[in-house]
Amino acid sequence: MGFLEIVAFCASTAIITAVIFLIRSGRLHERYALPWLLSSAVLLTLSLGRGLLDGLARSVGIYYPPSLLFLGGFVFLLLLLLHFSVVISDLKRRNRRLTQELGLLGVELQKLRKTVESGKSEADRAGQ
Amino acid sequence: MKTLIIVPAYNEEQNLPGVIQDLRTHMPEAEILIVNDGSSDNTEEAAIKEGALLCSLPLNTGIGSAVQTGYIYAARNGFECAVQFDGDGQHMAAHIAALTGPIKDGLADLTVGSRFMENSGYRAPLTRKVGIGIFAAFLSLICQQRLTDTTSGFRALGKRAILTFARHYPDDYPEVEALVMAKKKGLVIRELPVSMRQRSAGRSSITPLLSAYYMIKVMLAIIIRLSKR
Repeated sequence: MGFLEIVAFCASTAIITAVIFLIRSGRLHERYALPWLLSSAVLLTLSLGRGLLDGLARSVGIYYPPSLLFLGGFVFLLLLLLHFSVVISDLKRRNRRLTQELGLLGVELQKLRKTVESGKSEADRAGQ
Repeated sequence: MKTLIIVPAYNEEQNLPGVIQDLRTHMPEAEILIVNDGSSDNTEEAAIKEGALLCSLPLNTGIGSAVQTGYIYAARNGFECAVQFDGDGQHMAAHIAALTGPIKDGLADLTVGSRFMENSGYRAPLTRKVGIGIFAAFLSLICQQRLTDTTSGFRALGKRAILTFARHYPDDYPEVEALVMAKKKGLVIRELPVSMRQRSAGRSSITPLLSAYYMIKVMLAIIIRLSKR
């Protein structure tokens, strides 16, 4: 195996290990782990057989095989970022709803306090 | 007519007491709700000191969200009319009756106080004026009625509008998009001439660069909204 293949093999094994560790410790949701595991598996397979990558690149019409890897990685990251934008938009929306409801609860609390206080002062005035 | 005056406020500790006095003078029967949009100064204390009803949002979520919170409160507590009144002191409470009149008489679902219908002597930086002009022309075309001040936050809403906006209200320059939303829902929009004061204390949170960004963003949002349904 060439130097590049060894690096790729180690990198993909490291990512798979890290992802599994993060899932087990509850810091990564399985749903977000899937794309990482999938791409790591692809990288792992390609690193074990240089011929695979060369054949794939030639069939698509790319002269320098690692360019195919870069292209794949780039597209993967693009899709991942789009996915994150969607997730962030949703989080922002939920955040806003929660903030609003908290504020509205505060108003009810304020009104409740006023009612209790005026009720107490009326009892005082009526004389116990 | 049970009326709620929604006062969104972001870092307006200096202007708020004057605003509340102004409202109490001209609209004594109405309920005032201050919506503190996560201010970092003493806006909250100022509101409490004046004894006004206060909705304090723990985080700053923007004018759209703050105003919508007021609409949700109005919807949940059976108000027949909601007035949007800025916390920076630019709006004049004396004009509120003119805005709520058509709502009360059932002539409109949403009334907007426009600075540009009559010569009210309102001075604005050129970029602002150009922006407002562009929006006015664009919105007049879309809504098929003459609109002169689409970014005015001085508005009165009837029950139908309150329920519509309590459900969905846009972020970032919501005033403009809200008009398009209202038109799509078949609400009747009326503009009335008002005059406004210049901002007395504090700074507006919108810079010229941010203005340009918001303009493009809102144009996009409106176009997309129009293409739906």
